[in-house]
Amino acid sequence: MDGMDQHGPAVAGDGIGARLRRKEDARLLAGRGQYVSDIRIAGMRDVAFLRSPVAHARILSRRKPEGAEVFFLDDLAGVKPIITRSAIPGYKLSEWPVMAADRVRYVGEVVAMCLADSRAAAEDLCEQVEVEYEELTPITSCAAGRAPGAPLLHEHWGDNLFLQTSFDSGIAPVIESAPVKVELELSCARQTMHPMEGKGVVAWWDHRAGQLVVHSSTQVPHVIRAGLAEVLGIPQAMLRVAPPDIGGGFGYKCQLQPEEIGVAWLALTRKAAFRWVEDRREHLVAGANARQHHYKLTAYADTRGRLLGLDAEVSVDTGAYSVWPFTAVLEAAQAGGNLPGPYDFRAYRCKVFSVATNKPPFAPYRGVARPGVCFAIELTIDAIARAVGREAADVRAENLVPGAAMPYVNVTNKHYDSGDYPASLATVREMIGLDAFRAGPKRDAKGRYLGIGFATYTEQSAHGTKVFATWGLPLVPGHDQAHVKLTPDGALEVKAGIPTIGQGLETTLAQVAHEMLGVPIGDIRVTLGDTATTPFSTGAYASRGMVMAGGAVARAAEVVAGRVKAIAAHLLQAEAKDVVFRDGRIHAGAASVSYADIGTAWYIRPEQLPEGVDTGGLEATEGYKPETDNGVFSFASHAAKVAVDAETGHVEILDYCIAEDCGRMVNPMIVEGQTYGGAAQGVGSALFEESPYDEAGQPLASTLVDYLLPGPAELPRFRIRHTETLSPHTAHGIKGVGEGGAIAPAGAIVNAINDALSPLGALLSDIPASPERVLAAVARARA
Amino acid sequence: MKAAAFDYRSAGSVAEAVALLAEGETRVLAGGQSLGPSMNLRLARPQRLVDVKRVAELRDVAADDAVCRLGAGWTHAEIEDGAMADFSQGMLAQVAHGIAYRAVRNRGTLGGSLAHADPAADWVNTVVALGGTLVVQGPSGQRRVASEDFMLGAFTTALSGDEVLVAVELPRLGAQARWGYHKLCRKTGEFAKAIGVAVLDPGSGLARVLAGAVEGKPVTLPQTAERLREGGPAAALALLPEEAEARLAHLAPNERALRVVAVRRAIEAMAEG
Ligand SMILES: Cc1cc2nc3c(=O)[nH]c(=O)nc-3n(C[C@H](O)[C@H](O)[C@H](O)COP(=O)(O)OP(=O)(O)OC[C@H]3O[C@@H](n4cnc5c(N)ncnc54)[C@H](O)[C@@H]3O)c2cc1C
Repeated sequence: MDGMDQHGPAVAGDGIGARLRRKEDARLLAGRGQYVSDIRIAGMRDVAFLRSPVAHARILSRRKPEGAEVFFLDDLAGVKPIITRSAIPGYKLSEWPVMAADRVRYVGEVVAMCLADSRAAAEDLCEQVEVEYEELTPITSCAAGRAPGAPLLHEHWGDNLFLQTSFDSGIAPVIESAPVKVELELSCARQTMHPMEGKGVVAWWDHRAGQLVVHSSTQVPHVIRAGLAEVLGIPQAMLRVAPPDIGGGFGYKCQLQPEEIGVAWLALTRKAAFRWVEDRREHLVAGANARQHHYKLTAYADTRGRLLGLDAEVSVDTGAYSVWPFTAVLEAAQAGGNLPGPYDFRAYRCKVFSVATNKPPFAPYRGVARPGVCFAIELTIDAIARAVGREAADVRAENLVPGAAMPYVNVTNKHYDSGDYPASLATVREMIGLDAFRAGPKRDAKGRYLGIGFATYTEQSAHGTKVFATWGLPLVPGHDQAHVKLTPDGALEVKAGIPTIGQGLETTLAQVAHEMLGVPIGDIRVTLGDTATTPFSTGAYASRGMVMAGGAVARAAEVVAGRVKAIAAHLLQAEAKDVVFRDGRIHAGAASVSYADIGTAWYIRPEQLPEGVDTGGLEATEGYKPETDNGVFSFASHAAKVAVDAETGHVEILDYCIAEDCGRMVNPMIVEGQTYGGAAQGVGSALFEESPYDEAGQPLASTLVDYLLPGPAELPRFRIRHTETLSPHTAHGIKGVGEGGAIAPAGAIVNAINDALSPLGALLSDIPASPERVLAAVARARA
Repeated sequence: MKAAAFDYRSAGSVAEAVALLAEGETRVLAGGQSLGPSMNLRLARPQRLVDVKRVAELRDVAADDAVCRLGAGWTHAEIEDGAMADFSQGMLAQVAHGIAYRAVRNRGTLGGSLAHADPAADWVNTVVALGGTLVVQGPSGQRRVASEDFMLGAFTTALSGDEVLVAVELPRLGAQARWGYHKLCRKTGEFAKAIGVAVLDPGSGLARVLAGAVEGKPVTLPQTAERLREGGPAAALALLPEEAEARLAHLAPNERALRVVAVRRAIEAMAEG
């Protein structure tokens, strides 16, 4: 059976459901991708940014080296600060200047832009800029930021809270009556997202088009176009954002970047080409912007461990400013809203604090808040199980929303559309062999402690307009659009505004088009992202691409398919309804024509066309948005088996099983790739990745020597099983799956560690579960 | 993260490298796997590099019954792959295999690692554990430095600015020799948090036990080593905590505990092997 795990259902052919190799890999894996730093433009000059070495200070003076091309904020005439508005009541605005002029609020904040003929020479200039800082007390934790009398980051706020929200479904009766009460305090470390390629931007002036062209490594080119135009004060028509290949995003490239603005301003004002490519040090210091949550939880249950209510306080270490457009509080909104997870309970109270701190601005990272909340609720379930003395997997199963309850509206008004959550848990329980394990030894031959842990989650994907609107974003996604065109020689061009960031969209969108139109997959060319050549899309994030762009491609291809059929029917002397696409040709009965025949008829030999042919021709732009707009919920259960060395604190993952369901899989191989990659990042959160700060607000992990990422040797062989519960709301029943893998590992792995260490009575509550934390937990238990 | 400007020279011989170093403001470049990153971070700002990659003498190997002399220019990967005859009963190849990952091993050298003197570096600990000798050449010729005297502290050595580390002399391990090397690190190829080494060669009477990594020079445990020679692994293990307590008194208790675990596992591995 094991050999089957990697091979879920697959469909013959090349359309939806086919296990097709990625079209883009021929280029990407051979090193022929073209990334920002591969772009060469004659005369292009390099930019380096001088960044603040201190976390919180007043700038007393700045001095440029004589005659050098160095720019301070004051030099960027007309450039506005990044201000992210939100419709959420009580939200406080931060003003993020493109460069700090009189105040710095985190180590790594840009202070000056230096221009030279090479990056090295530009860095030389950075060393010659003199900046005098008067240090202020930094806020380096949520607790410090919330403490009475804390120094203020944004004085006019009166406190350090971007936002404070509270929700109460009416938990008071549960608090009074529940027989079991467990309390937990948990925290998740600050992390830096790690796409293989960091940020980067090349900008130049296109005299012919009269346009500023910005090649940015961005997940949201059409959105950045709007943001850049606004801060630069130019019309959007004067701006083209054209991302080249993008070496991963994960949310890191989902925001308007100060560096992007600076480089674009140079190209705009000097009408020449400029480049900045982020290095790993800048990335680790100025980009440590994700995941850091702190939880205080009290859960109420009955004596069998049935969860009756949850009382939560969540603090998000939000950093100094609000990112644009996702705001400083998307994380908090997602945390409060998603903490109940896949569980069926009705009493929930939650306070969420988005605390401004002297750290880089918080950004949504793959899974947005859900890895944290999944960790929190999953540790809570295990704590309840311990409190009532039962097997955690049993308690978990009894608390999950049962399949029969679908569709289910949960306590925070999430509309779970379809799926059998307990069944996915039962699958991984069987795969990992829980029952046999419970009957066997608890230590291995090396004396390590063994344990198994579980986590189940829902992944709200393709959140629709309504959901985004309630999050108060300045830019709410609506319809995504796509353009489909049959060429004269019978090939197909597909264009969509969503960029490809490594998630395989060039393949999956081609599969959707093939499904609708039958053009051979090798003849389909997908172009993405460039604002000059593609229809508008808000971009690649929130597990929305396959549902939204996929839906749009399906619609546009469907329209073109109708027109192709009409012409084919005429050529084949048949009825349009009898025309079918099969084996790369167009058939009616025994006769057939090629796609090139259709293309020839339309473009070259119009005399062959039927009377009254649709003058829209062989191309169409169509949009898509699911009718029910609440987002569709993929889900999965993860199970981890670990060995814990109680002498060294090292944790080895011995086995890792995933039972996942994302509705209809357009390409199972790509779904697995997304799941592997996400789960690898989840292992990073669980065991390795951490950007600690000292009391002075200095980041302590500024190179990859100190910021540990899991490598191939640290990762288990993830075993995956799929089920396909179609969404009732979307085209083809597709749900998003880009984020899911990253959500559950911390919960499953730490539950496994706690299970392993149960003979010692040691419990971990903070991630990553580093050797130091494991040893500290063991020492606490022994004391 | 680009290096400050520097000049580059490639030396054809040790003598030429020494002469260039003697002119001042010059540093040896070997594999560049430590110097490169620190130059890029601008922590190191040499005005000139003298590249010793093409110096043939640094790749000499000479061996007799007792000692093997290995040129400083061999890369970790070459040692891993057994590019020279094995005289260590497989120990050097195994240690090399545990250094970083292959791309780093392809360039990083034995000599570069020793001269860099990161306390957590594998060769630093291995060479001291074997009681090796370093051969150094300066303007006035060659001198030999005992491995225990070579490293003065973290990232500082007995090398002066105009000297090149030429070779390392290590004892030949006999057929009955046993060794154990235990590196505690969170990730494959990461620098060690703690290193334990144990070597016992009944033929030559060599017995060495070492506890190393992170804060400074590796620490040898001579009494534990003596027990190892006299009574074998079990006897050594019995004494280990006591000697570690005394010789690693400068470490915090949790750090010391890790060191003891690493040494114990090295001794256990030796016993099993
Ligand atoms: C990602 C990464 C992981 C690593 N992990 C490990 C690990 O797990 N274990 C480990 O031991 N090491 C590790 N290293 C370090 C690696 O082994 C380096 O190769 C080694 O430290 C330096 O050797 P090099 O030949 O590259 O020397 P270089 O970087 O060229 O030089 C290092 C220093 O030594 C001097 N020098 C070099 N050769 C001589 C000579 N012959 N005479 C005098 N001075 C000389 C140079 O001037 C410089 O000061 C790692 C390195 C990296 C980049």
